[in-house]
Amino acid sequence: MDDLFVKLTTRMILPFIQLYGVYVILHGHLSPGGGFSGGAIYAASIVLYTLAFGLEKGKERMPHEISSKIETGGILVYVLVGLSGIFLGYTFLTNIEAGFPIGTFGKVLSAGLIPVVTFAIGLKVMSTIVTLFHTMLEEES
Amino acid sequence: MKKIFTFAILGGLLLVLLSSISEIPPLGEEKNPSYNEISEYYVTESVQDTGAKNIIAAIITDYRAFDTLGETTVLFTGIAAVSAMIGISHHKGKKEDQEHHG
Repeated sequence: MDDLFVKLTTRMILPFIQLYGVYVILHGHLSPGGGFSGGAIYAASIVLYTLAFGLEKGKERMPHEISSKIETGGILVYVLVGLSGIFLGYTFLTNIEAGFPIGTFGKVLSAGLIPVVTFAIGLKVMSTIVTLFHTMLEEES
Repeated sequence: MKKIFTFAILGGLLLVLLSSISEIPPLGEEKNPSYNEISEYYVTESVQDTGAKNIIAAIITDYRAFDTLGETTVLFTGIAAVSAMIGISHHKGKKEDQEHHG
């Protein structure tokens, strides 16, 4: 799509969408939202970028190699965090009982491994949506 | 014969499902089986158990974290299925492009 207004508006609005997505992911244990919705918001910004600037530039911004690595890394972090519960002598994905710091109630750094897990889910959802969109666009062209 | 058998099985299934509809408790009733001690436990104890302000996040990523692991695996399965159906191989395509340009 070769439109000046669309490109200009996208360039202006992009950092705010991405900041909001990161905010929703990082505050998943404090406010409504979480990994799934925050990752979808962040992915929406990259989908918007691809729609406005074309597939070539979108792939420069988020190459397939990197997005597939992020996707695998997200699920890997999740499983490793879960396995740490087993190594500490508890069941899979044990949170506070296994000795993860509970932190101050209501602060970002609290609730043990919930923020870590939410961040991993957010990375995974983001890269999945972006990869799906780029793959489908590739098939069309 | 096969058709009659299929219809009999499907009709029986339909009867079972329809008869179970009349047993469904009304929506929002106070004595529904879904309003049991588990939801009360989550409301009262989740802050002490997990330290998270958002009870939904506490349930999804702490009490039922293994279920969420399966949910994220569903995403992975979906993307694998789409790539297999569309049939784009990123690695092969790259190499061919380089060969053409070179």
